[in-house]
Formats: sequence, structure tokens, C-alpha cells
Amino acid sequence: MTRRVLIAEDIHLLREGLVHLLQAHGFTVVAAVQTGPDLLTALLELRPDVSIVDIRLPPTFTDEGLRASLAARREVPGLPVLVLSQHVEQLYARELLADGSGSTGYLLKDRVFNDRQFVDAVHRVADGGTVMDAEVIAKLLTGNSRHEPLGRLSDREREVLRAMAEGCSNSAIADRLFLSESAIAKHISSIFAKLELANSDDNNRRVLAVLAYLNAANRS
Amino acid sequence: MVRQRARGIALLGLILIEVPLLALAAVALLQASGIGLIPLFPPAVLLVRRMAAQTRRHCTQWCGITIAEPYDPEPPHPEPTDDGWYRYRRTLFRSPRLPAWLARLGWMLRDPATWRDLAWLGLDPLVKLALAPGLLLAPARTLPAYGRWAALLLGPTTARRLAGEVQRLNTARVRAGDTQTAEMRRIERDLHDGIQGRLVALGMAAATAEKLVDSSPGAAKALLGQVRGGTAEALAELRRVVRGISPPVLTERGLADALRALALDSPLRVRVDVTLPGPLPAPVESAVYFAVSELLTNAAKYAGAGHAAVEIRHDGTALHVHVRDDGSGGADPARGTGLHGIERRLAAFDGTSTVTSPPGGPTSVTLTVPDRRSQRAGRVPRWETTLVVVCWSLAWLPLFTQGLGAAAAKLAGAEHSRWLLPLRASGIWQWPMIAGMVAAGIAMYLTAVWLPVRRPRGSPRSAT
Repeated sequence: MTRRVLIAEDIHLLREGLVHLLQAHGFTVVAAVQTGPDLLTALLELRPDVSIVDIRLPPTFTDEGLRASLAARREVPGLPVLVLSQHVEQLYARELLADGSGSTGYLLKDRVFNDRQFVDAVHRVADGGTVMDAEVIAKLLTGNSRHEPLGRLSDREREVLRAMAEGCSNSAIADRLFLSESAIAKHISSIFAKLELANSDDNNRRVLAVLAYLNAANRS
Repeated sequence: MVRQRARGIALLGLILIEVPLLALAAVALLQASGIGLIPLFPPAVLLVRRMAAQTRRHCTQWCGITIAEPYDPEPPHPEPTDDGWYRYRRTLFRSPRLPAWLARLGWMLRDPATWRDLAWLGLDPLVKLALAPGLLLAPARTLPAYGRWAALLLGPTTARRLAGEVQRLNTARVRAGDTQTAEMRRIERDLHDGIQGRLVALGMAAATAEKLVDSSPGAAKALLGQVRGGTAEALAELRRVVRGISPPVLTERGLADALRALALDSPLRVRVDVTLPGPLPAPVESAVYFAVSELLTNAAKYAGAGHAAVEIRHDGTALHVHVRDDGSGGADPARGTGLHGIERRLAAFDGTSTVTSPPGGPTSVTLTVPDRRSQRAGRVPRWETTLVVVCWSLAWLPLFTQGLGAAAAKLAGAEHSRWLLPLRASGIWQWPMIAGMVAAGIAMYLTAVWLPVRRPRGSPRSAT
């Protein structure tokens, strides 16, 4: 079954590029909007399987896209939204994750260069998973690395946690770190033990839990 | 309350010094203008200035009203010319003593503040006597009223204040221009050294790939992969430069959220507490953002701090930014270019910074930026000063002489008088005219008290 996707992007070339890219990978583009108010209306009326949203949109060119997405997700909890931006902020990542319903992502615009990974991320968000840009994760980890409880993790465990937060599956992490899948599983259970998180079967929910935990740890 | 009453009594007690001083000044002035005994004039002026300075201090400490010094700068000591003479205007002197004295005399005579001081000294005992019941019974309300009266004549004139303002603005403008040019240069260098070079390399790689695409598609494909990677690197570089010019989150969310984002990215644990009534002017937000960013970087890099706190408030007249960390201290604005840079940036908005950083820590930095939007009002117009002075100096005439004095004379049996205006009128009009005179006198006193008091506290406080 093809997935229904909504695109919100004000730069014409980029909007057309995204439409072509997603159509080529079997998505149905239900709408391509340019402004914040249009985005909110489209999100609530069309309820797309997944939306790709630029943070900065007309009319104010501030954070229209993000605010429209958050407003729509308050109406429809768990409405899948992948946010794109020229820069990434931990603050925005936290706001997207705050409702705890997952099915959200936050990527730099240049991640579109790698179409395979990008389309993979879109699918992951549509499936209810969480995809965070490597740069957000790097900031999360370096910003707090001196503090408990992340300080308890070994370097390797930190790499695994980073890959998990980016949205990689166990096998993808294993490929990336040149380890076996069972070794990765061991690392992950060790991470959860050290972070005192209850284990669960759902990979994406675990990523969400990790991020929520980081979120809470930094605020206290 | 007791302390304020003591202050009220002290102010009244000063009349005992003011009256002899006034007499002395009057004698000196009369001699100087009448029989040409000018040498007495400068010492008398200096004595009056000391009295005025004392009153300015009382106004600051007791009345909560700061009065700036209104005097012109003292003339410099005369320097000898090449041939050893001393010059004052067009005359040459053998010794420096006479030209120095003449310069000082001219300085005092030409300064309007000298004459305003004298006017104040003449009227102050009257004002204090009129305010005496208030100073004794309700000093908390009357002390500020007295302060506003003193500020009318002891503060700088509009012309003097504007001259000072022009000089200050000139310095600030030159400095702002320098800072801006330096910023532009830095941005130009960043773009030139980083992204421009990368784009040239990308263009060359793309051109090579174009040539190779038919002959060896494999090599062309590898090159295009490099082009893609290079584009991402150029974008990352551009993002870094953009952050240095204007952080996107500041544009998108304003100062409070931008500082929260900054705190999240900092290696320190930073508590951010922002209380603002509304958005600030964009240049101020930007300056404060970069200042806090610099301070947090310093705290992490040099002071080895673990925690920091950023607190921002707006008290209606100024923005206060307070940054504390628990690091090892020892920050010195004279040595570090970072702190100096912050001062330069803030100077464009008349902002100031105070650094407390003893060796061993902790470091605490306070930045204050006055809000120019709230300082437009609050200047005392000239007509108001004139009216208050006229009321204070003439109100006794209708009230005591022509009003109460005429009433006393009439009760004593006098029917006509050359000097008392009401008693020159015909019989039935005499009492109404006396009542009118008394009313006019009271109205003048009330006007003199009410005009300075009616302004809201705070607005004319700075250098009225």
C-alpha cells in the first residue's frame, strides 16, 4: 500500500525536489503547501500518513512549521511529522518529543542528499518511530557527558545509544559498528540497566524512552 | 520614620547656614559689581558651590533624587608659550598666576549654573519654611518633594545636559561603527576562508566528473559522491557562520528561548530564568545573547565551572542580565578580550557591565542596558522651572503683605493706604479683594509645590 505524504516547504526548488524524490520511492503526495496556516489546515483535514515540514515558513518566517506541527499533534496525538531545518536545536527536539507519542523526526535539510537514508527515516516516522539528526544526538551527549547518569556509559555504549537515537535498528547498528547483532543486543540491555529503564520489545519505544530520559535528566 | 523626620529637621537646620551664606554672597556680589572688589567673588562662589554640592548629596541619600553636577569643566592651568609668556585671551603675562585667576573668574561668571546656584540659595530658605510642616509631620512624602524643588535649580540646564549627551552619543556612535566594521571583516574572512574555497573545489570536481562521465563512468560516479559530501560540509560551515552572525533560534523564538537553547548546548548545567514584559529591540536581544554566550564559554573553558545561572529581568527603565558560575574565578576585564568585547558591544546601547571574580571564584557578571523607550519623557520644560521660581519668590506678596497685612491694617482701623492695594478700593470691595489676595498667594504656593511633585516618581530622576 502506498503511503500518503504531505510536504510543507516554501522554497520552490526544494519542494519540487521532495515531491519527485518521494513519488519515485512510491509515496503519494497528497498536498504540497507553502505557509504555516495552510499546513495546519492540511494536517487536520487530510491526516496524512506522514508529513515533511520545514520549520521556517511564511508568513512570519520564524518557526511557523514547528508550531503548526505541534498544534496539529495536540489535536491528533501521534500524527507523524518529520521536521526539516537548516539548523538543529535541542530545544526544538525536546518540544517534538515532549508529548511522548513518538512518530516524529527532526533532520537537517542536507540529509536529503542521501535519498535511501532519508526515505528510510520517512518510513520510520510513519511507522510511529523516532528519528533524530546525528547532530542533535551529538549535542545531547556532549552537552551532558559529564553528568550522571550518562557518565556511567562506556564509549562503545554511547556510540550504540547514539545510533539508536538516530533511529537505527539493531542490525543497522551492528553494520555501522562492525559488531554482531547479539553483541549489540547485549550493549543495549547494559545501557538500559545503567540508565535504569525497563526493557521492552519495541525498538522505537525504547529510543523514545532514552530521549525522554535525557530530556528529564537535563531539566532537573 | 524617625530617621526621615531627623532628615527633615536637618534640612530645616541648614537654613541657619544658608541665610548667612546668602548674606555673604550678596555682599560679595554687590562689592564686585558696585565698587569693583572682584577678588571676593570667586571664594564666595566656591562656598555656594560647596553648599549646593552638600544639598545634592542630601537629595541623593535622603530624598531619592539624583541631581547631576551642572558645572562647566574647570579651565586648564595656563601653559607657557615658547618664549616663556603666559597668555589669557589677547594679553600676555609674565607669571601664570593672573591668567589662571582670570580664567577661573571667567569660568565662574560665564557658567549659568553659578547664577542658578545663587537663585537657589536665595529661595531655598523660603521653600524650606513653606515645606516645614510637611518635613516635620510627613517627611516620607515631603522629602521627595523637596528633592524635586532642589533639582529644578541645582540640576544641569537643558543646554548643558544636551551638550553632555551629544558628546556621549558621539563616542558611542564612533565605537558602534568600529564594532560593526570589525564584525563585517570577521564575517567576510569566515566566508572567504571557508565556504568560498569549498565551492570552488566543488565546481572543479563537478567539471571533472562531467568530462569523465562518458570515458570512465566509475570515476565520475566517485567524484560526484565527493561533490555531495563537499556540499554537506559547505552547508555545515555556512551554518556555523550564520550562527555567528545571528543565531536562527533568536530570530525564530526571541531572547528567552534562544538562551534556553544556548543553555542546552552548553557543557555546563545552566539554569535560565527570564522575566520580560515583552520583546526587546532586536539589536539589544542580539547583544545580550552574544554576551551571555561569551560568558558561558568563558566559564566552561577557563574557570572550569560545572553550573551556571542566567537571570534576566526588566524593571521598567533598564534590562538587567545576571550571569553566575561556580568556577575558579579570576576573570579580569582588562586582560581578557572577551569581556572587553562584551563591553564594547553593550556600549552602543549605553549598557554597562560589572564583573566580580575573585581568585578562587565564584564569578558573577551583571550587565545593565537602559531601555531608551521608557526615557523619552521626564524632562522638566523651561516654563515650568520659571513658573515655580516666580511663584516661590512672589507668593509672599499677595498672601502676607497685600492679603493678611491689609486685613490686619483694616481691622486696626485704617480705611485707606497708598501701599496696600485692597485699601485703595472703595469700601464694599475691600474685603473681597483681601480674600482674593490671600487666595492668590495660597494658589501660588500650591502651584510651586504641586508642579514639581505631580511628575511620576522615577521619570525625571536621572539628571533633571
